[in-house]
Amino acid sequence: MHVPDGFLDAPTSVATGVVAAAGVALALRGARRELDDRAAPMAGLVATFVFAAQMINFPVGAGTSGHLMGGALAAVLVGPWSAVLCLTVVLLVQALLMADGGITALGTNITLIGIVTVAVGWLVFVGLRAVLPKRAAVVAPAAAVGALLSVPVAATVFTLLFSVGGTAPVDLATVLTAMLAWHTVIGVGEAVVTGLVVASVIAVRPDLVHGARPLLQHRELEIRTAVA
Amino acid sequence: MTAKLSTRAFLGIGLLVVLLVAGVASYYASAHPDGLEYVAERTGFLDSAEDSPTSDSPLADYQTRGVGDERASVAVAGVVGVGVMALVSTGLFWLIRRRGPNASDGA
Repeated sequence: MHVPDGFLDAPTSVATGVVAAAGVALALRGARRELDDRAAPMAGLVATFVFAAQMINFPVGAGTSGHLMGGALAAVLVGPWSAVLCLTVVLLVQALLMADGGITALGTNITLIGIVTVAVGWLVFVGLRAVLPKRAAVVAPAAAVGALLSVPVAATVFTLLFSVGGTAPVDLATVLTAMLAWHTVIGVGEAVVTGLVVASVIAVRPDLVHGARPLLQHRELEIRTAVA
Repeated sequence: MTAKLSTRAFLGIGLLVVLLVAGVASYYASAHPDGLEYVAERTGFLDSAEDSPTSDSPLADYQTRGVGDERASVAVAGVVGVGVMALVSTGLFWLIRRRGPNASDGA
């Protein structure tokens, strides 16, 4: 859903630019808590993976395609603040090097793909983790549900921005319906990829998955209590 | 559930997977418009899109200028992109990471 230049007018682009800058500034502070010597290279790998995965458009029918956005995936793997930075670097490299997503639209794309998908993915994940059994096995399915919902929510936020600052006079109800329909289907792909990748990392190195840590600590504490 | 893979091995395998995705699998990606582009076309606002100021980049649209072979063109663009991503993102995260009491480098 990389927004090109021209879809949104200048005031809306400036506003999303301010939102994006504020979000990135907060993320730069917050990410410090998530990143240590071991998590920092992991976050670099996750950002690089998201860049590569976004090159893979998968067909979703009727001549349309979608690709991973990766907000929920990055949030569960490295934490939400680092995830915002992961997606921001991805979007910067894409816009500057690959002409993928506009330049005046960078604030919009960071807001939609870098902040909205991360926030929705992470909050849904944390909500599910709180009510599901305290086992590492719930991490991948919970991440997948967060990923599934993050895509149509981002599509809805785009439509809201378009209703405020769209440059073309088109019927908003039609845009919203079409955006929601297609991005719900794309969200299924997002959920599948997110679930598989998180499950793979959980299988080999659960300790490297940020979203799994409270569950692993829980287990360790139980063992220590039993020993004592 | 014991960790069988060292962190170094995990990162190495991860980077290999990333290179395969960007350098090989990317050739097989769908060329159809994405959801937003499709909706924009169908509902009539695609024409408001403007060319990016970076559209003359040598790697624009994930194609390498001067490389005729389509497979090689996208592969080079993908691998260069992965290199830039790995350097920039890992560099950023390393700079802002929390220095623990055990961190020996004071940089």
